[in-house]
Amino acid sequence: MRVSTAWLSEWVQTGWDTATLAHRLTMAGLEVEAVEAAAPTFVGVVVARVVDCTPHPDADKLSVCSVDYGAADSVQVVCGAANARAGMTTALAQVGATLPGGLVVRKAMLRGVESLGMMCSARELGLGDGHDGILELPGELTPGRDLREALGLDDTIIELNLTPNRGDALSLAGVAREVAAISGAELSLPSMAPVPATIADRFEVRLSAAEACPRFAGRVIRGIHPGASSPLWMVERLRRAGLRAISPVVDVTNYVMLELGQPMHGYDLRRLNSRIEVRYARQGEKLQLLDGRAVTLDADVLVIADASSAVGIAGVMGGEKSGIAGDTTDVFLEVAYFNPAAIAGRARRFGMHTDASQRFERGVDPCLQERAMERATQLLVDIAGGMVGPLVVTEQTTALPRRSSVRLDPQQVNRLLGVKIPRAEIELILRRLGMQVAGAGDVLGVIPPSYRFDITIAQDLIEEVARIHGYDDIPQTDALMPQVPLPASEATVGRERVMMLMADRDYQEVINYSFIETELQRAFDPECEPLGLSNPISEDMAVMRRSLLPGLCRVLSENARRQQDRVRLFELGTRFLWDGTRLEERLALAGLAWGLAEREQWGLQRRVADFYDVKADLEALSSLGGDEQRLRFEADSIPCMHPGKCARINIDGRLAGWIGELHPELSKYLELKVAPIVFEIDYVSSFISHIPVYKEISKFPAIRRDLALVVDETVRLDQIRESVSVSAGAALQELRVFDVYRGAGVEPGRKSVALGLILQETSRTLTDTDADAVVSAVVARVKQDHNATIRD
Amino acid sequence: MQDLDSLTRDLLDRIDACTDLAALESVRVAALGKKGQITERLKTLGKLSPDERRIAGATINRVKQQLVDAIEGRRGSLERELVERELLAGRIDVTLPGRGEGQGGLHPVTRTRLRMEKIFRQAGFTVAEGPEVEDDFHNFEALNIPADHPARAMHDTFYFPDGRLLRTHTSPVQIREMRNGQMPMRIIVPGRVYRCDSDMTHTPMFHQIEGLVIDENISFANLKAVLAHFVEQFFERARALRFRPSYFPFTEPSAEVDIQCVFCDGTGCRVCKQTGWLEVLGCGMVHPNVLSACGVDPGRWQGYAFGMGIDRMAMLRYSVNDLRLFFENDLRFLRQFNRG
Repeated sequence: MRVSTAWLSEWVQTGWDTATLAHRLTMAGLEVEAVEAAAPTFVGVVVARVVDCTPHPDADKLSVCSVDYGAADSVQVVCGAANARAGMTTALAQVGATLPGGLVVRKAMLRGVESLGMMCSARELGLGDGHDGILELPGELTPGRDLREALGLDDTIIELNLTPNRGDALSLAGVAREVAAISGAELSLPSMAPVPATIADRFEVRLSAAEACPRFAGRVIRGIHPGASSPLWMVERLRRAGLRAISPVVDVTNYVMLELGQPMHGYDLRRLNSRIEVRYARQGEKLQLLDGRAVTLDADVLVIADASSAVGIAGVMGGEKSGIAGDTTDVFLEVAYFNPAAIAGRARRFGMHTDASQRFERGVDPCLQERAMERATQLLVDIAGGMVGPLVVTEQTTALPRRSSVRLDPQQVNRLLGVKIPRAEIELILRRLGMQVAGAGDVLGVIPPSYRFDITIAQDLIEEVARIHGYDDIPQTDALMPQVPLPASEATVGRERVMMLMADRDYQEVINYSFIETELQRAFDPECEPLGLSNPISEDMAVMRRSLLPGLCRVLSENARRQQDRVRLFELGTRFLWDGTRLEERLALAGLAWGLAEREQWGLQRRVADFYDVKADLEALSSLGGDEQRLRFEADSIPCMHPGKCARINIDGRLAGWIGELHPELSKYLELKVAPIVFEIDYVSSFISHIPVYKEISKFPAIRRDLALVVDETVRLDQIRESVSVSAGAALQELRVFDVYRGAGVEPGRKSVALGLILQETSRTLTDTDADAVVSAVVARVKQDHNATIRD
Repeated sequence: MQDLDSLTRDLLDRIDACTDLAALESVRVAALGKKGQITERLKTLGKLSPDERRIAGATINRVKQQLVDAIEGRRGSLERELVERELLAGRIDVTLPGRGEGQGGLHPVTRTRLRMEKIFRQAGFTVAEGPEVEDDFHNFEALNIPADHPARAMHDTFYFPDGRLLRTHTSPVQIREMRNGQMPMRIIVPGRVYRCDSDMTHTPMFHQIEGLVIDENISFANLKAVLAHFVEQFFERARALRFRPSYFPFTEPSAEVDIQCVFCDGTGCRVCKQTGWLEVLGCGMVHPNVLSACGVDPGRWQGYAFGMGIDRMAMLRYSVNDLRLFFENDLRFLRQFNRG
């Protein structure tokens, strides 16, 4: 909301400069977002009257004006504005004047005619966007008066960003009340004396939804002058608040809303049929709004209707049919109180946010209607004349909000805030805010004023005390806390450790949005229907990801396009597993490696990262849990991976994730020339550690025996490992695989697997004979199990 | 036969002239070997009389010792030269880059989140988490934001067809923790949150960290203290804080907190729009309706809650001027945060 400080000072005088005022308002919870001048700097511009206006002899669009600017002689000015005409009052920048932006006006020859000054448009003076013609000023202004002084332009506008609980401050009166409370200064109210009725006309009002609209003040005014226009001071105040002047009736209702916070509506009386009824809309009822839009209403929308149809959405916007027109002479004014619950959210439903709905949603003072009506009536009659009917209030008092007394224990104030504010100060603050404070004992009874909708419990009052006392004056006090250490589980591998290990192994963490495009999700996981958003921001972010891999691969593809030639990424985030009825959020760790296995460097063979490079990283992760053997890799396939280079990862016999090369189709889809190796594992099941338990170290030497087994390609290492460990017995401490060879010396379809057996006993020195016996047993076993031969 | 002196000089010259160990060995053999010249001379001693033998023997043995010393001396220096030569030949280019694996890194938002968690952990907070897909009750109702409350307009919410939603803040975790947990409570809740909003300064997903402390006498003064400590530790510099009254449905009293601008130290700059202050977080004393909705007796327990944007704090900490950079995942951006 925009507040003119000059206008504000008519209500409350603090002696503060604008900066102080802005700071104090902000620190009291009325946040000042901007402070700006009502008009930019300009000098030498005066009120002027065009005495004579003739066409320029040599230019079609120019005219030559003789202008009275208060001096003895008028001055000749050439003007290009279409609205320049004899008799008009406008603004003249005299020769030597400086306009906003620093332009200095000089004597000029325009197509051979001398021009001594420049007549200005609103835009040229920074007073608005109007550039259709030169400024139209009211004829009552005396030529020669400095324009800044005449229009009161040396004013500052404070822009407030009010929180939704402070509907009471959405008016000049509300801000003035607040300033008075903060500063202790007196509030001076403008006169709002009742306007006596000169005619007896009344218009019937029915409250058919009294819970939603318990109070409706109406008044008929007949015979207003349709050609009247609002006075300059009012137009300027509306402009500074961000509103355009339209017609006296509309301007007055807007002005009273700005001043008092009470939205009003003026109807063209001849367009209303029989009566006003405030009721809920009929389901599907149609209405043409003032802004020209046609809307269809639901049954929970409150409307103002006449005997034939709805004529406006209550508290939001009037209808087109009954709006004030250029020839309106008889007016019916509405000043109503609507229950906030009956208005809240309705405007938003139609994509609207009006000055009226903003105020009614937050709560308009239910005691304000008569005053607002009297104020508006007086202003309207002053401007446009007319005969005034009686002020008629239709109400159901039982449905009006009541401010009940709130109990406040001053000790609770200090306990919640951690301060020591004396009871007298608490009472003083509350009274300054318009509260009635009673109570002789320990507990105060506080009745908030009718305009405060946000005070129902003690904490609300405590906030009031705190903000007027000043948040700055609340001390900083360290809380006492018991000396009880927090749990420090050794068996849980911290998330930070897992991420650091990935980073240390040359992976870069990324953070992707949790929603991705449907097509990408389907490409990775064609069998499952993803959970879609009802209101996605775009097609790219339409469904919740079932896996982190599509997003990671997308990031890879984008970085590859940015000329990155080696990319290793990981993400720790939530997967959204939806089966059509139930949703499971599962934390997962996913990663990918693409490009060279190692950074390009001297002294290492260039090699593209493959399955086993990434498997090693997973094994390293697993070893954080103290046991790399917990992960089991089993050949299997899922749609997004190469069927021959893909493994399911089991932990303790349960599926925990997948690793493999991205499916060639997907690589093509993502425009990747080489397929990345990708993995995704459940986070929770993967990183449970165990506490180490010491085992005796053998004092006896170990013996190593190497064996090269030739087996069929189909024989897997885990099968060989199983046979070896069964046959070697307890002496086998470690089994190393140090080569896998295919080629000369090995028949096609077979491979040679070189094993290193580390043998050791804990109770005695192993002899060569012992070792030979182990080797013979192993050889016999692998021959039997896998048709293995020994390669020398 | 050459006289002994001249032979000795001869041999000593040859020893000196040796340039490698093999040559030295052949001189040694020629002089002291089984058939060496000095050995041969020793063999002739038998033919002399005992007196002559004693004198001549002493002379030859002295010569022999002289030659042995000379050979050993020469051998020592030749060996040293050899080592020197080998060391010289083995010299490497120490400026070639080191070999092996590189180093990745954490996302700047994660890096910031971990720092924040660490600071609060050290102050006795534990980390709590909760689901990202929430229901209306946890995200709004229990937080004192009924349907049609104006505050809902501040939360542009993503919905699912069944009425559930993506949490718009981390506050639903407060509700879950209070409903399930034990009082007193001292938690922080980091996590992803979602708002249906995307422009220069908003991304549809971002990160929040929220704090909640409930005990019998926790006060606003305690809240001011904990946030001042946090900000000082986070920026590793004391920063002035400014608590401004504000409004959140779930706290009463409520405050927005500005910190002294970290770029200009409060003198006014482009980032703080010449105000000297940066708005970084919202906080307040937990509203009794929220406590009641969680089955916590507001007559006995009270406390504070605060929340701030992790991404926003990361931007301030690392001078990142566009929020969207965090989610574009350009490696050239991300790698800048890998050091340290």
